[in-house]
Amino acid sequence: MDESDGIIQYLRDSVALLAENLPLLLQGIGFTVALTVLGYGFALILGTVLAIFRVSPIPPLRWGSAVYVEIFRNIPLLSLLILIAFGLPDVGLLLPYFWCGVLGLTLSSAAFVCENVRSGINTVPIGHAEAARSIGLGFFGTLRFVVLPQAFRSMVQPLVNVFIGTVIGSALCSAIAVSEITWVTQTLNIQSGRAVVMFLVAGAVYLGMSLGGAALGGVIERAVAPSKGASRSQSRTTLDVTAGAQA
Amino acid sequence: MSASTATSSTATQVLFDAPGPKGRRRILLLSVLSMLAIAALLAGALWQFHANGQLDPNKWIVYLRVDYLAFLGQGLWGTLKVTAIAAVVAFPFGLLLALARISRFSLLSGAAITWIEFFRGIPMLLVVYAFLLALPAFGVTFPRFWMLVIPMILVSSASTAEVFRAGIKAVDIGQHEAAAAIGLSRRDAMFSVVLPQAVRLVLPSLILALVTLLKDSTLGYVVSYNELQFQGKTLVSITRYLVQTYLVVSLIYIVINFLLTRIALVLDARMKARAASS
Repeated sequence: MDESDGIIQYLRDSVALLAENLPLLLQGIGFTVALTVLGYGFALILGTVLAIFRVSPIPPLRWGSAVYVEIFRNIPLLSLLILIAFGLPDVGLLLPYFWCGVLGLTLSSAAFVCENVRSGINTVPIGHAEAARSIGLGFFGTLRFVVLPQAFRSMVQPLVNVFIGTVIGSALCSAIAVSEITWVTQTLNIQSGRAVVMFLVAGAVYLGMSLGGAALGGVIERAVAPSKGASRSQSRTTLDVTAGAQA
Repeated sequence: MSASTATSSTATQVLFDAPGPKGRRRILLLSVLSMLAIAALLAGALWQFHANGQLDPNKWIVYLRVDYLAFLGQGLWGTLKVTAIAAVVAFPFGLLLALARISRFSLLSGAAITWIEFFRGIPMLLVVYAFLLALPAFGVTFPRFWMLVIPMILVSSASTAEVFRAGIKAVDIGQHEAAAAIGLSRRDAMFSVVLPQAVRLVLPSLILALVTLLKDSTLGYVVSYNELQFQGKTLVSITRYLVQTYLVVSLIYIVINFLLTRIALVLDARMKARAASS
Protein backbone atom coordinates (compact mmCIF):
# COMPACT_ATOMS: atom_id res chain seq x y z
CA MET A 1 0.00 0.00 0.00
CA ASP A 2 2.93 2.32 0.78
CA GLU A 3 4.29 1.42 -2.60
CA SER A 4 1.26 2.68 -4.52
CA ASP A 5 0.96 5.74 -2.29
CA GLY A 6 4.57 6.49 -3.07
CA ILE A 7 3.96 6.23 -6.78
CA ILE A 8 0.91 8.47 -6.62
CA GLN A 9 2.83 10.98 -4.54
CA TYR A 10 5.70 10.86 -7.06
CA LEU A 11 3.33 11.44 -9.96
CA ARG A 12 1.62 14.30 -8.13
CA ASP A 13 4.97 15.94 -7.36
CA SER A 14 6.11 15.48 -10.94
CA VAL A 15 3.01 17.10 -12.36
CA ALA A 16 3.41 19.98 -9.93
CA LEU A 17 7.05 20.35 -10.96
CA LEU A 18 6.13 20.39 -14.64
CA ALA A 19 3.28 22.87 -14.07
CA GLU A 20 5.55 25.14 -12.07
CA ASN A 21 8.21 25.20 -14.77
CA LEU A 22 5.84 25.21 -17.70
CA PRO A 23 7.02 28.59 -19.11
CA LEU A 24 10.65 27.43 -19.02
CA LEU A 25 9.79 24.09 -20.65
CA LEU A 26 7.72 25.76 -23.35
CA GLN A 27 10.57 28.17 -24.01
CA GLY A 28 12.92 25.19 -24.32
CA ILE A 29 10.62 23.46 -26.78
CA GLY A 30 10.31 26.73 -28.69
CA PHE A 31 14.08 27.07 -28.97
CA THR A 32 14.46 23.45 -30.13
CA VAL A 33 11.78 23.93 -32.77
CA ALA A 34 13.26 27.27 -33.86
CA LEU A 35 16.81 25.87 -34.09
CA THR A 36 15.59 22.91 -36.13
CA VAL A 37 13.29 24.82 -38.46
CA LEU A 38 15.71 27.68 -39.13
CA GLY A 39 18.75 25.41 -39.40
CA TYR A 40 17.00 22.97 -41.72
CA GLY A 41 15.35 25.71 -43.80
CA PHE A 42 18.61 27.55 -44.44
CA ALA A 43 20.36 24.20 -45.04
CA LEU A 44 17.83 23.30 -47.74
CA ILE A 45 18.53 26.58 -49.56
CA LEU A 46 22.32 26.51 -49.14
CA GLY A 47 22.52 22.79 -49.91
CA THR A 48 20.51 23.10 -53.13
CA VAL A 49 22.65 26.04 -54.29
CA LEU A 50 25.78 24.01 -53.53
CA ALA A 51 24.39 21.02 -55.43
CA ILE A 52 23.69 23.21 -58.47
CA PHE A 53 27.27 24.54 -58.21
CA ARG A 54 28.44 20.95 -58.05
CA VAL A 55 26.86 20.03 -61.41
CA SER A 56 27.49 23.41 -63.07
CA PRO A 57 29.90 23.97 -66.00
CA ILE A 58 32.01 26.41 -63.91
CA PRO A 59 35.01 24.47 -62.53
CA PRO A 60 35.86 26.73 -59.54
CA LEU A 61 32.25 26.49 -58.30
CA ARG A 62 32.36 22.69 -58.66
CA TRP A 63 35.60 22.48 -56.69
CA GLY A 64 34.49 25.01 -54.09
CA SER A 65 31.31 23.10 -53.37
CA ALA A 66 33.15 19.75 -53.28
CA VAL A 67 35.61 21.14 -50.72
CA TYR A 68 32.73 22.58 -48.71
CA VAL A 69 30.97 19.21 -48.58
CA GLU A 70 34.11 17.33 -47.56
CA ILE A 71 34.81 19.79 -44.73
CA PHE A 72 31.32 20.06 -43.26
CA ARG A 73 30.33 16.44 -43.77
CA ASN A 74 33.38 15.25 -41.88
CA ILE A 75 33.62 17.73 -39.02
CA PRO A 76 31.80 16.56 -35.87
CA LEU A 77 28.84 18.88 -35.22
CA LEU A 78 29.96 19.51 -31.64
CA SER A 79 33.41 20.62 -32.81
CA LEU A 80 31.79 22.93 -35.35
CA LEU A 81 29.42 24.45 -32.78
CA ILE A 82 32.25 25.01 -30.29
CA LEU A 83 34.39 26.57 -33.01
CA ILE A 84 31.58 28.92 -34.01
CA ALA A 85 30.31 29.82 -30.55
CA PHE A 86 33.63 30.24 -28.76
CA GLY A 87 35.98 30.82 -31.68
CA LEU A 88 34.18 33.55 -33.64
CA PRO A 89 34.36 36.13 -30.81
CA ASP A 90 38.16 35.73 -30.92
CA VAL A 91 38.18 36.90 -34.53
CA GLY A 92 35.88 39.80 -33.77
CA LEU A 93 32.53 38.34 -34.83
CA LEU A 94 29.98 38.42 -32.04
CA LEU A 95 26.82 36.36 -32.58
CA PRO A 96 24.22 35.46 -29.97
CA TYR A 97 24.57 31.79 -28.98
CA PHE A 98 21.19 30.97 -30.51
CA TRP A 99 22.35 32.16 -33.94
CA CYS A 100 25.65 30.33 -33.49
CA GLY A 101 23.53 27.20 -33.09
CA VAL A 102 21.49 27.98 -36.20
CA LEU A 103 24.68 28.72 -38.17
CA GLY A 104 26.34 25.47 -37.08
CA LEU A 105 23.27 23.36 -37.88
CA THR A 106 22.88 25.10 -41.25
CA LEU A 107 26.51 24.65 -42.30
CA SER A 108 26.54 21.00 -41.28
CA SER A 109 23.13 19.98 -42.67
CA ALA A 110 23.74 21.88 -45.94
CA ALA A 111 26.59 19.47 -46.76
CA PHE A 112 24.24 16.50 -46.38
CA VAL A 113 21.45 18.25 -48.31
CA CYS A 114 23.95 18.95 -51.13
CA GLU A 115 25.01 15.30 -51.31
CA ASN A 116 21.41 14.08 -51.35
CA VAL A 117 20.26 16.58 -53.97
CA ARG A 118 23.24 15.66 -56.13
CA SER A 119 22.58 11.94 -55.90
CA GLY A 120 18.89 12.70 -56.52
CA ILE A 121 19.88 14.51 -59.70
CA ASN A 122 21.91 11.47 -60.70
CA THR A 123 18.89 9.16 -60.37
CA VAL A 124 17.12 10.97 -63.24
CA PRO A 125 17.84 8.99 -66.42
CA ILE A 126 20.34 10.74 -68.68
CA GLY A 127 17.86 10.55 -71.58
CA HIS A 128 15.64 13.11 -69.87
CA ALA A 129 18.43 15.67 -69.65
CA GLU A 130 19.40 14.93 -73.26
CA ALA A 131 15.80 15.34 -74.39
CA ALA A 132 15.54 18.64 -72.50
CA ARG A 133 18.70 19.92 -74.17
CA SER A 134 17.54 18.78 -77.58
CA ILE A 135 14.43 20.95 -77.33
CA GLY A 136 16.69 23.89 -76.57
CA LEU A 137 16.63 24.21 -72.78
CA GLY A 138 19.82 25.57 -71.23
CA PHE A 139 21.55 24.49 -68.01
CA PHE A 140 19.07 26.19 -65.67
CA GLY A 141 16.03 25.32 -67.80
CA THR A 142 17.04 21.65 -67.84
CA LEU A 143 17.49 21.63 -64.09
CA ARG A 144 14.44 23.72 -63.25
CA PHE A 145 11.83 22.12 -65.52
CA VAL A 146 13.05 18.58 -66.14
CA VAL A 147 15.67 17.23 -63.78
CA LEU A 148 14.96 18.76 -60.35
CA PRO A 149 11.18 18.08 -60.29
CA GLN A 150 11.88 14.40 -60.98
CA ALA A 151 14.91 14.29 -58.70
CA PHE A 152 12.80 15.69 -55.87
CA ARG A 153 10.80 12.44 -55.67
CA SER A 154 13.76 10.29 -54.85
CA MET A 155 15.11 12.98 -52.53
CA VAL A 156 12.18 13.12 -50.10
CA GLN A 157 13.26 10.19 -47.93
CA PRO A 158 16.95 11.20 -47.70
CA LEU A 159 15.92 14.78 -46.94
CA VAL A 160 13.68 13.52 -44.12
CA ASN A 161 16.76 11.78 -42.72
CA VAL A 162 18.64 15.08 -42.87
CA PHE A 163 15.72 16.69 -41.01
CA ILE A 164 15.89 14.06 -38.26
CA GLY A 165 19.65 14.62 -38.13
CA THR A 166 19.01 18.33 -37.63
CA VAL A 167 16.47 17.65 -34.86
CA ILE A 168 18.94 15.41 -33.06
CA GLY A 169 21.83 17.77 -33.74
CA SER A 170 19.95 20.68 -32.18
CA ALA A 171 20.44 18.96 -28.80
CA LEU A 172 24.17 19.66 -29.05
CA CYS A 173 23.38 23.38 -28.91
CA SER A 174 22.85 22.89 -25.18
CA ALA A 175 26.65 22.47 -24.99
CA ILE A 176 27.01 26.06 -26.20
CA ALA A 177 24.49 27.39 -23.68
CA VAL A 178 21.41 27.68 -25.88
CA SER A 179 18.48 27.07 -23.51
CA GLU A 180 16.74 24.49 -25.70
CA ILE A 181 14.85 21.52 -24.32
CA THR A 182 17.87 19.34 -23.44
CA TRP A 183 19.43 22.23 -21.53
CA VAL A 184 16.16 23.10 -19.76
CA THR A 185 15.34 19.54 -18.72
CA GLN A 186 18.86 18.83 -17.50
CA THR A 187 18.98 22.08 -15.53
CA LEU A 188 15.66 21.19 -13.89
CA ASN A 189 16.97 17.67 -13.39
CA ILE A 190 19.93 18.97 -11.41
CA GLN A 191 17.69 21.32 -9.40
CA SER A 192 14.92 18.87 -8.60
CA GLY A 193 16.55 15.46 -8.91
CA ARG A 194 13.51 14.17 -10.80
CA ALA A 195 15.41 12.57 -13.63
CA VAL A 196 12.75 10.20 -14.96
CA VAL A 197 10.17 12.89 -15.63
CA MET A 198 12.68 15.21 -17.22
CA PHE A 199 14.00 12.51 -19.54
CA LEU A 200 10.45 11.57 -20.51
CA VAL A 201 9.68 15.18 -21.44
CA ALA A 202 12.88 15.67 -23.47
CA GLY A 203 12.58 12.26 -25.12
CA ALA A 204 8.95 12.91 -26.05
CA VAL A 205 9.87 16.22 -27.69
CA TYR A 206 12.61 14.66 -29.84
CA LEU A 207 10.67 11.53 -30.72
CA GLY A 208 7.63 13.67 -31.52
CA MET A 209 9.62 15.90 -33.84
CA SER A 210 11.47 13.02 -35.58
CA LEU A 211 8.34 10.94 -36.06
CA GLY A 212 6.34 14.03 -37.07
CA GLY A 213 8.98 14.89 -39.66
CA ALA A 214 8.99 11.31 -40.94
CA ALA A 215 5.17 11.29 -41.21
CA LEU A 216 5.16 14.61 -43.04
CA GLY A 217 7.85 13.24 -45.37
CA GLY A 218 5.65 10.22 -46.09
CA VAL A 219 2.74 12.50 -46.99
CA ILE A 220 4.94 14.59 -49.28
CA GLU A 221 6.41 11.49 -50.88
CA ARG A 222 2.95 10.12 -51.70
CA ALA A 223 1.85 13.54 -52.98
CA VAL A 224 4.73 13.81 -55.45
CA ALA A 225 4.69 10.15 -56.50
CA PRO A 226 4.30 9.85 -60.29
CA SER A 227 0.90 8.13 -60.24
CA LYS A 228 -1.33 6.47 -57.70
CA GLY A 229 -0.59 2.80 -57.28
CA ALA A 230 2.27 2.82 -59.74
CA SER A 231 4.85 0.59 -58.19
CA ARG A 232 8.40 1.86 -58.35
CA SER A 233 9.74 -0.87 -56.14
CA GLN A 234 12.15 -3.32 -57.68
CA SER A 235 12.64 -6.92 -56.73
CA ARG A 236 16.07 -6.00 -55.51
CA THR A 237 16.47 -2.81 -53.51
CA THR A 238 19.68 -1.04 -54.23
CA LEU A 239 21.77 -0.19 -51.23
CA ASP A 240 22.52 3.45 -50.52
CA VAL A 241 25.77 3.59 -48.58
CA THR A 242 25.41 7.15 -47.41
CA ALA A 243 21.96 6.56 -45.89
CA GLY A 244 21.95 7.41 -42.23
CA ALA A 245 25.54 8.57 -42.19
CA GLN A 246 24.73 11.82 -40.46
CA ALA A 247 25.50 12.71 -36.90
CA MET B 1 25.49 5.03 -74.69
CA SER B 2 25.74 1.52 -73.29
CA ALA B 3 23.01 0.20 -71.07
CA SER B 4 25.19 -0.19 -68.01
CA THR B 5 25.98 3.52 -67.79
CA ALA B 6 22.49 4.71 -68.69
CA THR B 7 21.46 5.78 -65.23
CA SER B 8 24.83 6.30 -63.62
CA SER B 9 26.58 9.23 -62.17
CA THR B 10 27.80 11.43 -64.99
CA ALA B 11 24.79 13.72 -65.15
CA THR B 12 27.24 16.59 -64.93
CA GLN B 13 28.19 16.12 -68.55
CA VAL B 14 24.68 16.07 -69.98
CA LEU B 15 23.15 18.99 -68.13
CA PHE B 16 24.83 21.37 -70.54
CA ASP B 17 26.00 21.17 -74.17
CA ALA B 18 29.65 21.01 -75.06
CA PRO B 19 30.23 24.77 -75.16
CA GLY B 20 31.05 26.58 -78.37
CA PRO B 21 33.57 29.45 -78.59
CA LYS B 22 31.12 31.97 -77.10
CA GLY B 23 30.06 29.57 -74.35
CA ARG B 24 33.68 28.82 -73.53
CA ARG B 25 34.40 32.54 -73.18
CA ARG B 26 31.43 32.91 -70.86
CA ILE B 27 32.47 29.91 -68.77
CA LEU B 28 35.98 31.33 -68.55
CA LEU B 29 34.61 34.70 -67.44
CA LEU B 30 32.34 33.12 -64.82
CA SER B 31 35.20 30.90 -63.66
CA VAL B 32 37.43 33.91 -63.13
CA LEU B 33 34.63 35.78 -61.35
CA SER B 34 33.78 32.87 -59.04
CA MET B 35 37.49 32.32 -58.41
CA LEU B 36 37.70 35.96 -57.34
CA ALA B 37 34.61 35.59 -55.14
CA ILE B 38 36.07 32.53 -53.40
CA ALA B 39 39.43 34.29 -52.99
CA ALA B 40 37.63 37.34 -51.56
CA LEU B 41 35.83 35.13 -49.03
CA LEU B 42 39.08 33.52 -47.91
CA ALA B 43 40.87 36.88 -47.84
CA GLY B 44 38.05 38.34 -45.75
CA ALA B 45 38.35 35.50 -43.25
CA LEU B 46 42.14 35.85 -43.09
CA TRP B 47 41.82 39.63 -42.67
CA GLN B 48 39.38 39.10 -39.80
CA PHE B 49 41.91 36.77 -38.15
CA HIS B 50 44.72 39.24 -38.77
CA ALA B 51 42.79 42.26 -37.50
CA ASN B 52 42.21 40.48 -34.21
CA GLY B 53 45.79 39.35 -33.88
CA GLN B 54 45.00 35.65 -34.37
CA LEU B 55 47.51 35.20 -37.17
CA ASP B 56 50.41 35.89 -34.83
CA PRO B 57 52.87 33.09 -35.68
CA ASN B 58 53.56 32.57 -31.97
CA LYS B 59 49.99 31.40 -31.53
CA TRP B 60 50.35 28.76 -34.23
CA ILE B 61 53.93 27.61 -33.85
CA VAL B 62 53.09 25.90 -30.55
CA TYR B 63 51.33 23.16 -32.49
CA LEU B 64 54.70 22.06 -33.78
CA ARG B 65 56.05 21.60 -30.26
CA VAL B 66 56.48 18.00 -29.22
CA ASP B 67 54.74 18.27 -25.87
CA TYR B 68 51.65 19.95 -27.36
CA LEU B 69 51.49 17.37 -30.11
CA ALA B 70 51.90 14.61 -27.55
CA PHE B 71 49.06 16.12 -25.53
CA LEU B 72 46.75 16.16 -28.56
CA GLY B 73 48.04 12.74 -29.58
CA GLN B 74 46.93 11.42 -26.22
CA GLY B 75 43.46 12.78 -26.99
CA LEU B 76 43.52 11.20 -30.43
CA TRP B 77 44.46 7.87 -28.87
CA GLY B 78 41.50 8.22 -26.49
CA THR B 79 39.19 9.02 -29.41
CA LEU B 80 40.37 6.01 -31.42
CA LYS B 81 40.13 3.69 -28.41
CA VAL B 82 36.59 4.79 -27.58
CA THR B 83 35.51 4.49 -31.22
CA ALA B 84 37.07 1.06 -31.66
CA ILE B 85 35.58 -0.44 -28.51
CA ALA B 86 32.14 1.04 -29.23
CA ALA B 87 32.28 -0.35 -32.78
CA VAL B 88 33.40 -3.82 -31.67
CA VAL B 89 30.41 -4.10 -29.34
CA ALA B 90 27.82 -2.11 -31.30
CA PHE B 91 28.21 -3.77 -34.72
CA PRO B 92 27.51 -7.38 -33.67
CA PHE B 93 24.78 -6.06 -31.39
CA GLY B 94 23.29 -4.20 -34.35
CA LEU B 95 23.35 -7.41 -36.40
CA LEU B 96 21.47 -9.24 -33.63
CA LEU B 97 18.91 -6.42 -33.50
CA ALA B 98 18.43 -6.60 -37.26
CA LEU B 99 17.86 -10.38 -37.07
CA ALA B 100 15.43 -9.84 -34.19
CA ARG B 101 13.58 -7.21 -36.18
CA ILE B 102 12.98 -9.52 -39.14
CA SER B 103 12.21 -12.55 -36.98
CA ARG B 104 8.78 -14.16 -37.14
CA PHE B 105 8.24 -13.93 -33.37
CA SER B 106 6.24 -10.74 -33.08
CA LEU B 107 7.32 -10.15 -29.47
CA LEU B 108 10.97 -10.26 -30.44
CA SER B 109 10.56 -8.11 -33.53
CA GLY B 110 8.36 -5.65 -31.62
CA ALA B 111 11.03 -5.25 -28.95
CA ALA B 112 13.73 -4.76 -31.59
CA ILE B 113 11.64 -2.16 -33.46
CA THR B 114 11.00 -0.24 -30.22
CA TRP B 115 14.68 -0.28 -29.33
CA ILE B 116 15.78 0.81 -32.81
CA GLU B 117 13.22 3.59 -33.24
CA PHE B 118 13.84 4.87 -29.71
CA PHE B 119 17.60 5.17 -30.00
CA ARG B 120 17.42 6.52 -33.54
CA GLY B 121 14.93 9.18 -32.52
CA ILE B 122 16.62 10.72 -29.49
CA PRO B 123 19.91 12.63 -29.35
CA MET B 124 22.93 10.79 -27.99
CA LEU B 125 23.51 13.74 -25.66
CA LEU B 126 20.34 12.78 -23.79
CA VAL B 127 21.61 9.22 -23.32
CA VAL B 128 24.93 10.63 -22.11
CA TYR B 129 23.12 12.80 -19.59
CA ALA B 130 21.20 9.77 -18.38
CA PHE B 131 24.51 8.14 -17.48
CA LEU B 132 26.08 11.36 -16.24
CA LEU B 133 23.23 12.86 -14.19
CA ALA B 134 20.30 10.49 -13.78
CA LEU B 135 21.82 7.11 -12.92
CA PRO B 136 24.18 8.45 -10.22
CA ALA B 137 21.05 9.73 -8.43
CA PHE B 138 19.97 6.09 -8.14
CA GLY B 139 23.40 5.10 -6.92
CA VAL B 140 24.59 3.66 -10.24
CA THR B 141 27.87 5.17 -11.36
CA PHE B 142 30.22 4.28 -14.18
CA PRO B 143 33.78 5.31 -14.89
CA ARG B 144 33.94 8.25 -17.36
CA PHE B 145 35.15 5.94 -20.11
CA TRP B 146 31.97 3.85 -19.95
CA MET B 147 29.76 6.93 -19.53
CA LEU B 148 30.89 7.81 -23.03
CA VAL B 149 31.15 4.34 -24.58
CA ILE B 150 27.83 2.86 -23.42
CA PRO B 151 25.70 5.67 -24.94
CA MET B 152 27.76 5.36 -28.13
CA ILE B 153 27.03 1.63 -28.23
CA LEU B 154 23.30 2.09 -27.56
CA VAL B 155 22.84 4.73 -30.26
CA SER B 156 25.11 3.06 -32.81
CA SER B 157 23.49 -0.38 -32.32
CA ALA B 158 20.18 1.11 -33.46
CA SER B 159 21.55 2.73 -36.60
CA THR B 160 23.74 -0.24 -37.57
CA ALA B 161 20.73 -2.53 -37.11
CA GLU B 162 19.06 -0.61 -39.93
CA VAL B 163 22.23 -0.89 -42.01
CA PHE B 164 22.27 -4.68 -41.59
CA ARG B 165 18.56 -4.92 -42.31
CA ALA B 166 19.04 -3.00 -45.56
CA GLY B 167 21.90 -5.36 -46.42
CA ILE B 168 19.82 -8.45 -45.77
CA LYS B 169 17.01 -7.02 -47.92
CA ALA B 170 19.50 -6.24 -50.69
CA VAL B 171 20.54 -9.89 -51.10
CA ASP B 172 18.87 -11.23 -54.21
CA ILE B 173 15.60 -13.09 -53.60
CA GLY B 174 16.95 -15.90 -55.78
CA GLN B 175 19.49 -16.71 -53.08
CA HIS B 176 16.64 -17.46 -50.66
CA GLU B 177 14.86 -19.54 -53.28
CA ALA B 178 18.02 -21.46 -54.18
CA ALA B 179 18.69 -22.17 -50.52
CA ALA B 180 15.13 -23.39 -50.06
CA ALA B 181 15.42 -25.53 -53.21
CA ILE B 182 18.40 -27.46 -51.84
CA GLY B 183 16.43 -28.10 -48.66
CA LEU B 184 17.95 -25.61 -46.24
CA SER B 185 15.72 -24.48 -43.43
CA ARG B 186 14.90 -20.77 -43.05
CA ARG B 187 17.53 -20.42 -40.34
CA ASP B 188 20.25 -22.29 -42.24
CA ALA B 189 19.50 -20.26 -45.35
CA MET B 190 19.86 -17.04 -43.33
CA PHE B 191 23.11 -17.97 -41.61
CA SER B 192 25.00 -19.82 -44.33
CA VAL B 193 23.66 -18.17 -47.50
CA VAL B 194 22.15 -14.73 -46.94
CA LEU B 195 24.13 -13.27 -44.04
CA PRO B 196 27.63 -13.84 -45.45
CA GLN B 197 26.60 -11.93 -48.57
CA ALA B 198 24.72 -9.24 -46.63
CA VAL B 199 27.70 -8.52 -44.36
CA ARG B 200 29.90 -8.03 -47.40
CA LEU B 201 27.33 -5.74 -48.99
CA VAL B 202 27.13 -3.46 -45.95
CA LEU B 203 30.88 -3.16 -45.43
CA PRO B 204 31.02 0.39 -46.88
CA SER B 205 28.04 1.46 -44.76
CA LEU B 206 29.74 0.05 -41.67
CA ILE B 207 32.82 2.17 -42.37
CA LEU B 208 30.52 5.19 -42.53
CA ALA B 209 28.98 4.09 -39.23
CA LEU B 210 32.53 4.23 -37.89
CA VAL B 211 32.69 7.88 -39.02
CA THR B 212 29.47 8.56 -37.11
CA LEU B 213 30.90 6.88 -34.02
CA LEU B 214 34.05 8.98 -34.30
CA LYS B 215 31.91 12.11 -34.43
CA ASP B 216 29.82 10.94 -31.48
CA SER B 217 32.97 10.41 -29.44
CA THR B 218 33.33 14.22 -29.26
CA LEU B 219 30.70 14.05 -26.51
CA GLY B 220 33.63 13.10 -24.30
CA TYR B 221 33.74 16.90 -24.05
CA VAL B 222 30.55 16.67 -21.97
CA VAL B 223 31.54 13.75 -19.74
CA SER B 224 35.15 15.00 -19.37
CA TYR B 225 36.76 11.91 -20.84
CA ASN B 226 40.21 12.51 -22.30
CA GLU B 227 39.41 12.25 -25.99
CA LEU B 228 40.50 14.75 -28.62
CA GLN B 229 37.77 17.37 -28.20
CA PHE B 230 38.10 17.42 -24.40
CA GLN B 231 41.88 17.41 -24.66
CA GLY B 232 41.48 20.48 -26.88
CA LYS B 233 39.36 22.15 -24.20
CA THR B 234 42.07 21.47 -21.61
CA LEU B 235 44.70 22.82 -23.97
CA VAL B 236 42.66 26.00 -24.42
CA SER B 237 42.51 26.51 -20.68
CA ILE B 238 46.31 26.25 -20.58
CA THR B 239 47.30 28.28 -23.64
CA ARG B 240 44.26 30.55 -24.15
CA TYR B 241 44.76 30.05 -27.91
CA LEU B 242 41.12 29.19 -28.48
CA VAL B 243 40.55 29.49 -32.24
CA GLN B 244 43.87 27.90 -33.05
CA THR B 245 43.37 24.87 -30.80
CA TYR B 246 39.83 24.14 -31.91
CA LEU B 247 40.78 24.62 -35.57
CA VAL B 248 43.63 22.12 -35.21
CA VAL B 249 41.35 19.65 -33.39
CA SER B 250 38.61 20.02 -36.02
CA LEU B 251 41.15 19.56 -38.79
CA ILE B 252 42.30 16.27 -37.28
CA TYR B 253 38.70 15.01 -37.20
CA ILE B 254 38.10 16.17 -40.77
CA VAL B 255 41.21 14.40 -42.09
CA ILE B 256 40.43 11.08 -40.37
CA ASN B 257 36.76 11.13 -41.37
CA PHE B 258 37.64 12.18 -44.91
CA LEU B 259 39.97 9.21 -45.28
CA LEU B 260 37.41 6.77 -43.84
CA THR B 261 34.66 8.15 -46.11
CA ARG B 262 36.97 7.86 -49.12
CA ILE B 263 37.73 4.22 -48.29
CA ALA B 264 34.01 3.49 -47.93
CA LEU B 265 33.14 5.11 -51.27
CA VAL B 266 35.98 3.40 -53.15
CA LEU B 267 34.99 0.05 -51.67
CA ASP B 268 31.36 0.69 -52.61
CA ALA B 269 32.25 1.67 -56.18
CA ARG B 270 34.45 -1.42 -56.55
CA MET B 271 31.71 -3.73 -55.26
CA LYS B 272 29.11 -2.14 -57.55
CA ALA B 273 31.47 -2.49 -60.52
CA ARG B 274 32.04 -6.15 -59.70
CA ALA B 275 28.31 -6.75 -59.34
CA ALA B 276 27.70 -5.09 -62.71
CA SER B 277 30.38 -7.09 -64.50
CA SER B 278 29.32 -10.49 -63.20
